Amino acid sequence: MGKHMSETTLHKKNAILDTLFHNTTRLFAFLVFALLLGIMGTLTIASLPALKTFGFGFFTSDAWNPVTVEFGALVPIFGTIATASIAMLIAVPVSFGIALFITELSPNWLKRPLGVAIELLAGIPSIIYGMWGLFVFAPWFADHLEPWVNDHMGELPMVGHFFQGPPMGIGMLTAGFILAIMVIPFIASVMRDVFEIVPPMLKESAYGLGSTTWEVVWNVVLPFTKVGVVGGIMLGLGRALGETMAVTFVIGNAHELSMSLLMPGNTISSALANEFTEAVGDVYTSSLITLGMLLFVITFIVLALAKLLLIQLAAKEGKQS
Amino acid sequence: MTGLDQKRYFRRRAVNAINLTISMIAVTFALFFLAWILFTLFNNGLSHLTLSTFTKMTPPPGSSGGLLNAIAGSLMMVSMATLIGTPVGILAGTYLAEFGRAGWLAPTTRFINDILLSAPSIVIGLFVYELVVHRMGHFSGWAGALALALIVLPVVVRTTENMLQLVPNSLREAAAALGAPQWKVVVMVSYRAARAGMLTGILLAVARISGETAPLLFTALNNQFWTNDLNGPVSSLAVIIFQFAMSPYEDWHYLAWSGALLITMFVLGLNILARSIFRKGSDS
Repeated sequence: MGKHMSETTLHKKNAILDTLFHNTTRLFAFLVFALLLGIMGTLTIASLPALKTFGFGFFTSDAWNPVTVEFGALVPIFGTIATASIAMLIAVPVSFGIALFITELSPNWLKRPLGVAIELLAGIPSIIYGMWGLFVFAPWFADHLEPWVNDHMGELPMVGHFFQGPPMGIGMLTAGFILAIMVIPFIASVMRDVFEIVPPMLKESAYGLGSTTWEVVWNVVLPFTKVGVVGGIMLGLGRALGETMAVTFVIGNAHELSMSLLMPGNTISSALANEFTEAVGDVYTSSLITLGMLLFVITFIVLALAKLLLIQLAAKEGKQS
Repeated sequence: MTGLDQKRYFRRRAVNAINLTISMIAVTFALFFLAWILFTLFNNGLSHLTLSTFTKMTPPPGSSGGLLNAIAGSLMMVSMATLIGTPVGILAGTYLAEFGRAGWLAPTTRFINDILLSAPSIVIGLFVYELVVHRMGHFSGWAGALALALIVLPVVVRTTENMLQLVPNSLREAAAALGAPQWKVVVMVSYRAARAGMLTGILLAVARISGETAPLLFTALNNQFWTNDLNGPVSSLAVIIFQFAMSPYEDWHYLAWSGALLITMFVLGLNILARSIFRKGSDS
């Protein structure tokens, strides 16, 4: 009888512990969800003073004058989009090449070391990219690549004016180039992962019909993984838009709108890193926070799209197997 | 084969060869930059890395010194951030993997967590500035640690969930059939089976925050002197590197290079360690 009693109490104790454990984990999962709402809410409240002062003209004005307390987001927005676009133009084809090499060409013994090398490139902290960019890459860029860019691309119709400017090494083109190197490992590893889910049967059928490796990749692998590839590119874009330290070192921190990519500029994140701790006055601080909020919203949309595309590909894979 | 067919055949072969060569050039391009960056780091960092780098404080411009207070500050904030972020992340990840089969919370959290994983870290810094620094009225090491903890969190959530999902359900069912309550199944069966992978996730999170600079700029700020008080501004290796590298002084540049080498070796070492633990864990 006594033994029976203790078994029921044990049972009850375990039931309580189970509920407790379940609800604790649920609370912390909710905390992650609340974190997002917290970031959005806090930044919105903190950006109200700037939005009240300037209205929505804040996003289209190119003013940035702490003395007269006039601020606008156009220059940092332009810089963010310009550097991220340069980064994508370079990083997407290179990442595709790397993923193609690892999945289709590389001998097996080389796959692991190559994977580790790509991971190391992703692991290097962004401040190291910035320092290397400022002291090593920018001077080299100014001496060797920018004069060439001036001579050969400055004369092009339509886009020529982007490439005319003094070869200083510091500027949006340099920042975009360094960003490209930083996001290559992220895009390449997503592309490699999605290329590997292509059923071997599909590829072998194409090879059996006499396709070349390139034809298999272009006409079978790429159409099959299209959605995932775009997801990977969006993931890289999200990283490039929000990257701070590497850009801050080499962009030059200039609040002037310039059509030349060789001129110094500013991105949202570099403006924050350079000016936030020195900002005086509510409106100045609040303007910077509004920039941060804008950056968060843009990257949120880009990353959410990336995630949705990758989920879509995973669902397709699930249906096939 | 007619002449036309042969021509087409050679064209296809040529296109193939050209594109595959370009793909090899792409790999060389990435490896070239990896080698260039590592070479620069060793070349500039090693020659100025001496014992005094570890034993002296950060100097005023124009005199020699070390990085002791910055190294200590980084270690303090990184350990605090790991201590705060890891348990929260493990519990949230547990919910996603073990309990989150029904309801809206698990899919939503999973989605948001993946976005937080790649969210700009400078925005996390802004958030903690508004939440802590602005209210307390001063910069503090605790704010820095909190900002870093918010970066640890999504990494740990993600790896914990993934690793728990790799645990075969038959293990859980066997434990449940023996009469184990669910919390015991999770703690004594699932956690044990996924231990190596979860540890990998924590190490990767530590590696990630060790090099983070942006979230510390507005939270922990910087400090020229030795401090073990997390209630005031605390210096960190990453912020010191930023300050010193952007300055016009030669001595500061040398120290920044030494610091950069230290941080990179630490981060890459942790990355490699994490992966070897994971490989060993998944082999056995």
